[in-house]
Amino acid sequence: MWKFRDVISILDFTRDDLEHLFSVTDRIIERPLDIGKPLDGKIVATAFIEPSTRTRLSFETAAKRLGAEVINLEPHLSSMAKGESLTDTMRMLDDYANLIVIRSPYEGSAKHAADVCENPVINGGDGTQHHPTQAMIDLYTIRRLKGRIDGLEVGVVGDLKYGRAAASFIYGLTKFNVKKIWLVSPEPLSPRPELMDRLKRMNVEIVKTENLESAVENVDILYVTRIQKERFPDPAEYEKLRGSYVITKKLLSRAREDLKVLHPLPRVDELSNDVDDTPHQAYFIQAKLGVPVRMALIGLVLGVF
Amino acid sequence: MNDQETLRVSKIKNGTVIDHIPAGRALAVLRLLGITGSEGHVVTVTMNVRSGKLGKKDLVKVEDLELMTDQVNKLTLIAPTATINIIRNYEVVEKRSVKLPDRIVGILRCTNPGCITRQPMEHVSSKFVVVSKSPLRLECEYCGRYLEEEEVLKQLTQ
Repeated sequence: MWKFRDVISILDFTRDDLEHLFSVTDRIIERPLDIGKPLDGKIVATAFIEPSTRTRLSFETAAKRLGAEVINLEPHLSSMAKGESLTDTMRMLDDYANLIVIRSPYEGSAKHAADVCENPVINGGDGTQHHPTQAMIDLYTIRRLKGRIDGLEVGVVGDLKYGRAAASFIYGLTKFNVKKIWLVSPEPLSPRPELMDRLKRMNVEIVKTENLESAVENVDILYVTRIQKERFPDPAEYEKLRGSYVITKKLLSRAREDLKVLHPLPRVDELSNDVDDTPHQAYFIQAKLGVPVRMALIGLVLGVF
Repeated sequence: MNDQETLRVSKIKNGTVIDHIPAGRALAVLRLLGITGSEGHVVTVTMNVRSGKLGKKDLVKVEDLELMTDQVNKLTLIAPTATINIIRNYEVVEKRSVKLPDRIVGILRCTNPGCITRQPMEHVSSKFVVVSKSPLRLECEYCGRYLEEEEVLKQLTQ
């Protein structure tokens, strides 16, 4: 079900696929010594053509914990800096490694890389479109903290137009029976019509609003995203929308006691530091869970779990 | 039919007649079929003639060339009303209407400048799946963006 699969979009996976991933992750967390080094002798390549902290490093950590060696493409030091295409670069990496993790600013790059490569390709984020492994971590975090995903009310706040983590998370939620999804964004950053259409077809209850307070009062999970400065065609437009929503400790005083705040990180100014010490904070836990979830994912794709 | 009309719609011996093209789109039809005139076929283009069905229509005749189904199906994008007549020895031997394919490869351009198909270095052909036939709505297989009918017409007729 997972072996040798490309991981391009969360939409390609069923609830059963995700449940299986989560149960392998549980096993990795609960019995780490039993896992051993099943990827000894394998090579994982990372090709990050866009900046990344958590995604690249947690993939690298995950691969190493499983015993694999990791090679990293440094775009500014590679022939890509001389103008070599992504296509040719991927062909080469495919000959060197057993698995490739790619991040690129261009939408559809991971799908294209998967078309070109024989070995599995994992999408570490392509432009504004997909970030499937982040969504897997987000869903797993909710399941771990709340014991379930079904029946919850989930708010997604911020840049729903350009934010790939937000889009993938929303798609991921549709694989479960959540009670309601609140989409909170300023109008210019509301989700693209393609996403709204899919949600309509999936028959999920959606509330689209600019009113953050009403969402905060109702939801079990608040998923906060950064406004994606780097994807705005017009910097002036970014400055106008920057700081539209800021999640603070004071705002969360209106929330349910057991509300959990998630954020794929990095944060800029949309999530105040004063939330860090509250029981609502779940984003550092989410970041930490990135490693075991990605260990499970790499192991499943390479067929050792 | 007077002499002038006979001249306009005169029969061809062998080849393809594309009839019932929406008025004004005959040249776009030729462009979409990749017929430039340099292939050597006799090509007759008739535009804005009276039509009972369409009010006004265009007509294209390509002599000594039988267009294949895949080729003509692309025409649905700009000429969904078109009918294709295959002519052999002055007789219509086959009459087909065009049918929209499920997937359109390489003809249209994704409107998203960040799409991998728009990166000149990568040489990735555009691929669209048909989400809706009427109104026409296509979805880029790479970036997921929609391409609406208006944009399809703009790309193929301008």
